[in-house]
Amino acid sequence: MSNEPIVAISNLTFRRGERVIFRDLSLTIPRGKVVAIMGPSGIGKTTLLRLIGGQLRAERGVVAFNGEDVGQMSRSRLFEVRKQMGMLFQSGALFTDMTIFDNVALPLREHTNLPEPLLRALVLMKLESVGLRGACELMPAELSGGMARRAALARTLALDPALIMYDEPFTGQDPITLGVLAKLIRELNDALGMTSIVVSHDVHEVMAIADYVYLIADQQIIGEGQPQALRDSTSPLVNQFMLGQPDGPVPFHYPARPFAEDLAQLGGARG
Amino acid sequence: MVEFLARNGRATLNHLAEAGRAGTLLFRVILGGYRLRRDWSLLLKQLYMVGVLSVAIIVVSGLFIGMVLALQGYNVLVDYGAEESLGPLVALSLLRELGPVVTALLFAGRAGSSLTAEIGLMKATEQLSSLEMMAVDPLKRVIAPRFWAGVICMPLLALMFNAVGILGGFLVGVEWLGVDQGSYWSIMQAAVDWQDDLLNGVIKSVVFALVVTWIAVFKGFDAVPTAEGVSRATTETVVHSSLAVLALDFVLTAVMFG
Repeated sequence: MSNEPIVAISNLTFRRGERVIFRDLSLTIPRGKVVAIMGPSGIGKTTLLRLIGGQLRAERGVVAFNGEDVGQMSRSRLFEVRKQMGMLFQSGALFTDMTIFDNVALPLREHTNLPEPLLRALVLMKLESVGLRGACELMPAELSGGMARRAALARTLALDPALIMYDEPFTGQDPITLGVLAKLIRELNDALGMTSIVVSHDVHEVMAIADYVYLIADQQIIGEGQPQALRDSTSPLVNQFMLGQPDGPVPFHYPARPFAEDLAQLGGARG
Repeated sequence: MVEFLARNGRATLNHLAEAGRAGTLLFRVILGGYRLRRDWSLLLKQLYMVGVLSVAIIVVSGLFIGMVLALQGYNVLVDYGAEESLGPLVALSLLRELGPVVTALLFAGRAGSSLTAEIGLMKATEQLSSLEMMAVDPLKRVIAPRFWAGVICMPLLALMFNAVGILGGFLVGVEWLGVDQGSYWSIMQAAVDWQDDLLNGVIKSVVFALVVTWIAVFKGFDAVPTAEGVSRATTETVVHSSLAVLALDFVLTAVMFG
């Protein structure tokens, strides 16, 4: 059990309408590691997390959590399994009508019958771990973006999940918050013995904390390995992404017919 | 021609799929087993949001509609020397038709739209997804308390509307236009039948409550999670539930009084 990867995806194909998001994608997430999934915007990184969490179902292929196919689970089994998963959403997704304390307490109140003093101690412990114990009586609207994300992280930690999925945790954060979040992801992973999947396109921050990196583009994995291995890669596609080059194998221009044809048509219409 | 058929076919399929999703939602909410003992505080909060906050608009509207009914009724009845019948005219119009129907329309505009917008925004800000990922069923936690609060509140609001409307009729008919007070109340009491009038009105109101709240929570839950999607869903809630109420009212009236 301990050597088995916590998530194993094999030959996954998924499409939205006519658009293929993933084609025959396979990857594994080893237990206890911080694994980053990177790639350009809009290639389905968040979709991948939703497939692992069972909010979407694969068209073909297997998404296995602890060896069990998520796509084949009944609704009740899925809810049972999700108690071992946590997901930090890009927006934080805090409930705006309750305090930070109640937000963090919600999963505990839903899934346990802990007496109130014990529950309070647990919630404060979770908030302390993200540095927000002092903000427990505030409403989500009173927090900055970075603090809201940390509060949401405390809520995700509430049930001590085996796996935490971070959806673009660094987007739109100032450098200090960015550093705090990166440190939290790494330290919580190691201190609590969890596994973390970080979906992001912030190369610098992710490379600093990840044990292993998957690079996704064009519906498939185009590169994988430890951060240093990816930095040393000779693949033009990997290099374009890692170095942030505007044009390359991922084109700058949206596909279109030749510009000359458009201009010629304009000239014809005027004549 | 082929394109026309394809477009209509696609639209029909979309509507059927939507109806299927709406049916599944209702089925899950009703048969999902509402955890009243555990979630009574959630229900209480929604009873306040959906019911108590609607009282003002219901009371004011009821009062004015009762007053208008009395004024219009009096002008017709007085020509035949039948102004004593003003009481039953006001009471029967309210109990059988205006109470349940106008309450449902007002409820759709006041509470239905707010339910849809709230749930739609919870979806757009990923709050519903985060509940799912916390292994908490949003249907039980978010939808069910709102649905049951609507179903409980609307018949009570309709009764309130009726009572205030009859009082409004009294103010105009008796206090202003001089209809005999004893006649107003006694002829009303004699003419109104508990089962035919009051009970049927309440049954109508319960049916409207189910339909309006169902449409409101479903439209929010099914909204496209964008600003435009939530805005469209909110509009659809008011339009669809108003039309549904008026159409159902005809059917129910035909069955009950036809």
